[in-house]
Amino acid sequence: MTAPSLQQLAPTAAPKVKDGDLATAQMALFGVGAALVATAWLTGGKDFFASYLVGYMGTLGICLGALFFTMLQHITRAGWSVNVRRLAENIAAGLPLMLLLFVPILVGWKDIYHHWAHANHDAAGNAIVAGQAGFDAVLAGKSAWLNPTFFFVRVGIYFAIWIGLATYFRNQSLRQDESGDPAISLRLARVAAPGLLLFALSLTFAAFDWIMSIDPHWFSTIFGVTYFAGAYMVFCAYTVLLAKWLTRRGYLRGLITTEHYHDLGKFLWAFMVFWTYTNFSQYMLIWYANLPEETLWFKTRAEGGWGAIGTILVFGHFFIPFVFLLSRNVKRSSVGLSIGAVFLVVIHCIDMQFLILPSAREHVEHAPAAPHGSEGIAQAIESGLARFPSDLATYLHDVHWADFGCFAGLIAMLTGVALWNIRRTNLVPVRDPRLAESIHFQNF
Amino acid sequence: MSDTTTWGIVAEFESPAAIYHAAEKVTAHGYTKVDAHTPFPVHGMDKALRQPESGLGWIVVCCGFTGICLAQLMMWWMNAHDYVIWVSGKEPYAWPSTIPITFECMVLLSGFGAVFGMFGLNRLPRLHHPIFQHSTIHRVTDDRFFLSVEATDPKFDRQQTKNFLESIGGKHVEILED
Repeated sequence: MTAPSLQQLAPTAAPKVKDGDLATAQMALFGVGAALVATAWLTGGKDFFASYLVGYMGTLGICLGALFFTMLQHITRAGWSVNVRRLAENIAAGLPLMLLLFVPILVGWKDIYHHWAHANHDAAGNAIVAGQAGFDAVLAGKSAWLNPTFFFVRVGIYFAIWIGLATYFRNQSLRQDESGDPAISLRLARVAAPGLLLFALSLTFAAFDWIMSIDPHWFSTIFGVTYFAGAYMVFCAYTVLLAKWLTRRGYLRGLITTEHYHDLGKFLWAFMVFWTYTNFSQYMLIWYANLPEETLWFKTRAEGGWGAIGTILVFGHFFIPFVFLLSRNVKRSSVGLSIGAVFLVVIHCIDMQFLILPSAREHVEHAPAAPHGSEGIAQAIESGLARFPSDLATYLHDVHWADFGCFAGLIAMLTGVALWNIRRTNLVPVRDPRLAESIHFQNF
Repeated sequence: MSDTTTWGIVAEFESPAAIYHAAEKVTAHGYTKVDAHTPFPVHGMDKALRQPESGLGWIVVCCGFTGICLAQLMMWWMNAHDYVIWVSGKEPYAWPSTIPITFECMVLLSGFGAVFGMFGLNRLPRLHHPIFQHSTIHRVTDDRFFLSVEATDPKFDRQQTKNFLESIGGKHVEILED
């Protein structure tokens, strides 16, 4: 017994991209993206690697969000999202590319993670032991986790989990395109449960390793969740834009409709708010306890112009999109939702800068700022509001074009690979048992 | 005089599809004071009934905003104005510590706005409704679907409306008194 196929349900919809179509766009996107990253590398010098990590973590978030979306729809046995799920599967199929794109981080890891890369070793490479000058007891305590060997081993573990899950879910879904076997859907719902557990743990530790460890003395248990919230948000924004672009090229008409965009818009809005929720939870606990080893992270982000970026994130990552995307009519409007999605993709890049650059670039000389050494974190933030214009000027002076350029370039490369995968498969799971539900889906 | 006491006419249908198409025909015919009574939500019914968008969202937004303002005012007045309290070295009014309570008050008043706003828009609570006079209305929570046309509708006519509802497949078409 099999479910009705796409041909029976929507005979006029094209199941696949026409032969040769979108090939130019695919090559152009990949080429332009690679050229952007290469130019950033040639002009960026030592600072390039931190810029690259900003773009890399932003783009990786899209792939991981896609993997999460796929598993989430299976575990909830969702019907509405079937037509969107193949896009997510094909975006998550970009994870092997992300593994390849990790190479520059392996090359520049000593620049990015300079706070712990040489922990308890002097310039000549000799070990500094307890009692000697320059011994860092905190980093010595963390050395079982934060040491180069285990760091690189974990890169392999994370990618093995992600690529394994992404490949499994995509291949099973493609197999269902052939056989129409509903048992595959039931099996994927079962696999999604341990899959999501592995995903949550690996994403959390990857965020600890690749972003939080830039500041190795600092710690925040919610950090992985804040990265996840932003990552899933940017996946929703990216998918809206990709689907809208494909629709303009004549595909997915009648398959991904206003109803699906409305729901993706709800997800986008919800995870934008969730990002605020987790970040505020982190901030408030640290502010309230006022322990120096915790507040230092925010002090670093109140200096060197970053105070302005903190303010921009509060408004740009919460208040403005909250009001803008709250309305049902905006989420159902093609122009409105696209504006919101583009805005949040840019804001996500600034969020990644805020997490990565202040600590990674502590060697950068800033223009002298007004002294505020002895004041508490709250006063620093409040006087930061008054200093907003000068802070913003400092940020704009210090920011490298590559801090945005790498993100744009890596997204373009990912989109090129995603298009390559989209062209090779059906545009939607053509024989999924819940396909009819998705095609006829309506919001109340 | 008898017309002034008429509440409306109610017809019974057997399936979601039947009432959906009946609703389309009734509104296409020019009736405006039309409502559907079903055991569960029927997809697209709002559109078939040509219902305007609900104003409930605006009530909820206003209540939520009121909650934000009241919470901020309360905490500022209590902790920083009327009886100044310094807690763990923070300012008497410190914005980060006010956020959780502000959020909760916003949610609370939004919830009240949603529930009581819905009550108000539906003119609830009321102890009785004329539609309960219909002979098979008890099946509305089980397996029957009812379409009502109210007497206040400009096109309403006891005989013509009754005939029309019967012609589009309505069973048990009954005229109900107010």
